[in-house]
Amino acid sequence: MKTLQPSGIVLAFAWLVLSFLVLPAFAVIPVSFTDTRYLSLPEEHWSLQHWRTFLSSQDWVDSIGQSLWIAVVSTVLSVVAGTLCAIGCWRLSSGLSEKIRGLMILPMAVPTIVYALGIYRLYVELDLVGTMLGVMLAHAVTGLPFVVLTVSASLSNLDPRLEQAARGLGASVRQTLRYVIVPNILPGVLSGAIFAFIHSWDELIVVLFIGGRALFTLPRRMWDGINDNLDPVIAVVATAMILFTLLVLTAELSLRARRAS
Amino acid sequence: MLSQASSVNRVYWLIVAPAIVMLVLFYFVPLGQVLLTSVTDPKPGLGNYALLFTSAAIHKTLLTTVRIAAITTGLALVLGYAVAYAMRAATSQRQRLMLFCVLLPFWISVLVRSFAWLTILGPQGPINAGLMGLGLVDEPIALSRNETGVLIAMVHVMLPYAILTLYANMRGIDVGLVSAARSLGASRFQAFRMVFLPLTRPGLIGAASLVFILSLGFYVTPAILGGGKVMMVAQYTAFQINETMRWGLGTMLAAALMIAVLGTLWALSRVIDVKRLFSA
Repeated sequence: MKTLQPSGIVLAFAWLVLSFLVLPAFAVIPVSFTDTRYLSLPEEHWSLQHWRTFLSSQDWVDSIGQSLWIAVVSTVLSVVAGTLCAIGCWRLSSGLSEKIRGLMILPMAVPTIVYALGIYRLYVELDLVGTMLGVMLAHAVTGLPFVVLTVSASLSNLDPRLEQAARGLGASVRQTLRYVIVPNILPGVLSGAIFAFIHSWDELIVVLFIGGRALFTLPRRMWDGINDNLDPVIAVVATAMILFTLLVLTAELSLRARRAS
Repeated sequence: MLSQASSVNRVYWLIVAPAIVMLVLFYFVPLGQVLLTSVTDPKPGLGNYALLFTSAAIHKTLLTTVRIAAITTGLALVLGYAVAYAMRAATSQRQRLMLFCVLLPFWISVLVRSFAWLTILGPQGPINAGLMGLGLVDEPIALSRNETGVLIAMVHVMLPYAILTLYANMRGIDVGLVSAARSLGASRFQAFRMVFLPLTRPGLIGAASLVFILSLGFYVTPAILGGGKVMMVAQYTAFQINETMRWGLGTMLAAALMIAVLGTLWALSRVIDVKRLFSA
């Protein structure tokens, strides 16, 4: 028997809100095919001119490369450090390790602008402004919480006796990690990796401060475009990013389904 | 045996270490520098913080920030509650579809979404085109480059946080209680008002705090949809650094923002499990 029965009005309202959530993403898609030189829906016919401009522009292609490279390296760093940290805290499960896990989520809570100011100050001293390494490190640290949270969630479903059994049978810590723990939490690790990747790929505010004159990741070039001339090419980039996100989200949802089963 | 156990523990502390080192060197040190600069630049003391109480420009910025954050929180809570409630009541197949509708925008970057709203709300956008096509207005109405635009886009960005937090709370509620109230003669509204709603209080508190603290530090959305006319504190801070180079003032505002956010979280942690807030 169904026990909660929202009235028709509530249901209609809920679906209205859901369409408010989904529709904006799809509004930029037709705009990217506009035949005009400004942001508008196609007026006479759908045109690929702005897509052509995007793909033949060295600047945009360079930005994709920079964004991708930064996201891949920072994701690897976040995933390795974050997974190990989550496993360690899970196994130690002391008051102190709980506190550490709490501290790991701080980068999600502290407003990015605060961090951007601080990391800029530090990078001026370390001479890391405008370097790939600098951005990779900053993204890796701010990506940590995503990994620690998803991996911890996976670990909470894992029986601690499994680890004890492996150790009791003579496995070293390294072997226990390699053959017992990590295979069991792999979906969580992959989810964390996806979150960390998207985090870096989309990150704008930190890059605005520490990107210097050399680094123009995709979000930064988009930001400049929005502030300068609002070219329809930006709608193309936005569309491409939405499609990319859809792809990644589908992957994550299927991982989530596997984790649940 | 005991020494073996402690040596194993040492190994596990060792694998926790890299993340801690990264966090300390590249997160806490920079935040510490912000705090330090805020009390040393241009001269040592709390002079920068005194500006919080004396500067009219800062007052205006803070007021705008709190007002926008509060309105965003209120709207996100009302709209989000309806969605979370409908999700809780739906069949599992429906639930998946609804969850997808919530997660899709959640995953698209805030920059892309803010840009999308700029397109939609702009003078040549579909909304104004529709209104003019229907003959409801003669010329485009100003929906962006003002506070209306900022609010619409911010509610859009914050809604998934509200929905996911509320839904996580509602999922844990035994709906049998509602049907028990109904069979005891409560009307549908009474059962909701007196049984279900009180049970969602932790979810409401959690969602409200989360949306509010995230809204306080918003930068990208107000910058794009406000068109320079709506100045929230994050943007004002960036302006101090980039345009006027007033590091003392900029870091003071950043530090104050951080203290406000962490203070709220700390107060909240005494009521609910804060870590779960961020795991949605």
